[in-house]
Amino acid sequence: MPVSKEKLEELTKAARRVRRHIIEMTAEAGSGHPGGSLSCADILVALYFHEMKIDPKNPNWPDRDRFVLSKGHAAPTLYAVLAEKGYFPKEELKTLRKINSILQGHPDMKKTPGVDMTTGSLGQGLSAANGMALAGKLDGKSYRVYVLLGDGELEEGQVWEAAMAAAHYKLDNLTAFVDHNGLQIDGPINQVMSPEIIQDKFRAFGWHVIDVDGHDFEDILQAIEEAKSTKGRPTVIVARTVKGKGVPYMENQVDWHGKAPSREQAEEALKALEG
Amino acid sequence: MPKIATREAYGEALAELGEEIKDIVVLDADLSKSTKTSVFAKKFPERFFNMGIAEQNLMGTAAGLATCGKIPFASTFAIFATGRAFEQIRNSICYPNLNVKIAATHAGITVGEDGATHQSIEDIALMRALPNMTVINPADATETKKAVRAAAQMKGPVYLRLGRHPVETIFGEGYEFKPGKGVILREGRDVAIIATGVMVAEALKAAEILEKDGINAMVVNIHTIKPIDEEVILKAAECGAIVTAEEHSIIGGLGSAVAEVLSEKKPVPIKRIGIKDVFGMSGKPEELMKAYGLAAEDIAEAARTLIISKP
Ligand SMILES: Cc1ncc(C[n+]2csc(CCOP(=O)(O)OP(=O)(O)O)c2C)c(N)n1
Ligand SMILES: [Mg+2]
Repeated sequence: MPVSKEKLEELTKAARRVRRHIIEMTAEAGSGHPGGSLSCADILVALYFHEMKIDPKNPNWPDRDRFVLSKGHAAPTLYAVLAEKGYFPKEELKTLRKINSILQGHPDMKKTPGVDMTTGSLGQGLSAANGMALAGKLDGKSYRVYVLLGDGELEEGQVWEAAMAAAHYKLDNLTAFVDHNGLQIDGPINQVMSPEIIQDKFRAFGWHVIDVDGHDFEDILQAIEEAKSTKGRPTVIVARTVKGKGVPYMENQVDWHGKAPSREQAEEALKALEG
Repeated sequence: MPKIATREAYGEALAELGEEIKDIVVLDADLSKSTKTSVFAKKFPERFFNMGIAEQNLMGTAAGLATCGKIPFASTFAIFATGRAFEQIRNSICYPNLNVKIAATHAGITVGEDGATHQSIEDIALMRALPNMTVINPADATETKKAVRAAAQMKGPVYLRLGRHPVETIFGEGYEFKPGKGVILREGRDVAIIATGVMVAEALKAAEILEKDGINAMVVNIHTIKPIDEEVILKAAECGAIVTAEEHSIIGGLGSAVAEVLSEKKPVPIKRIGIKDVFGMSGKPEELMKAYGLAAEDIAEAARTLIISKP
């Protein structure tokens, strides 16, 4: 099912708005994780603006598709997408990381409408997504479960416990994304502790594996279709991404993992994200 | 009354409840024959998930199931449930206040021959420190069955601490179990023994020993260590001396919880019977109870010394 030009245009625009929110939010908060938030923006936009069966007016709708942001430090992306979808007013985005905000530093399902799982401690999200997928199978429901992991996050042992379990229970209603930006905090993943070859590892654990360009909507949407038609096993979409994508001075810079832009830097970033 | 392990009672209760409450699902980590979740698994295979030897994923999966309205009972040995997967319990279950019941068996040194690696003596301390968590340590088979039902019916995370070794059944079917409510099993005025889990039976024996010495001991069963029943503890404090008894480290468990209440609300002399900041070892459960000072006579002796120091 080819995606229309209009749809692609819409998604591209939405992603630009989301990236601008990420910059504004982290600059306003004075802290946060812009690099990994920018790298996964297109994946979240593809899911929330095209793929997922959701109802922003009814965030707890039992039949909704679920999304677990296992790399919880990319919370700004999730919040920006949820605000754009109307789960809560966009003005709330300014309160990120501030006292009494509904927008905690890492996702909190009890505080933010639309957040399906509390995360932030890396390595735990796939397990929770498995639980949601198992519940869906038990209840004969057709909802799908999506989960996004970082590539550095794959170093956590629990991820592989969960990978084994998802294949064992044939969770074909589950699709994982790996935000393969090649960087973690202390440096490139290959220097810190290589999780490569990621595709081979998931394949060996019994998963269906798809490679995509994580900034190409056609590619991402096609992979999601392929995942949906894959039966009897879970699918992982390994998305090649650029950490800091869209903000030239942040791109591929490990330093932009966990610090906020200054006001001037934010202005420069917003200029690059115009149009 | 026959001796029954609390894990046996758990297995039976769970299989019974599974009939009534269709949302109950059970997860285990390759120990279902030991934790007795195998009884449920046999009856409801579609609602039982063996997660393999992977406790962190077990807790996370239980959390995910709970977000979809299931009532997961997650079982493995106490040492692995609360130790290996502590942070998963904290961040994926307690922080989002999810409806997961962690029913951990083989708690305490009465695990016996397996030795220190398998003897969980810090689990109450760990679970008690977590916001939203309810901590229940039943004393016998009857109380276990009632606690399992209560846990399934209440909302939010519960830690159920269960044992491997058969213990005397102290309570009859008519016994009333209310989460968070301590039970005065024996009235007394000279000293109060506040006990939990398998130590409740020892406390009752200790009271009989003391009776022969002319000492009148109150016995209180604290099955719910969190939230703790302050009222019953303050009532016990009227005796002017308190001995706590638990099959757990004296650091962070029942003794600490009682001391916290007393020191803030009504300071009275207290002695804590428990494992004195050491690891366990292999041996028969009864031998270990003696070796670590957890026998009825140890409780009685603590009560005698304490009474002398009464103001
Ligand atoms: C269990 C755990 N350990 C450490 C951290 C701190 N931490 C936050 S982000 C991060 C690096 C993540 O790298 P990656 O998964 O590649 O994320 P991305 O590059 O997409 O930002 C670390 C170590 C954490 N949040 N959780
Ligand atoms: Mg990375």
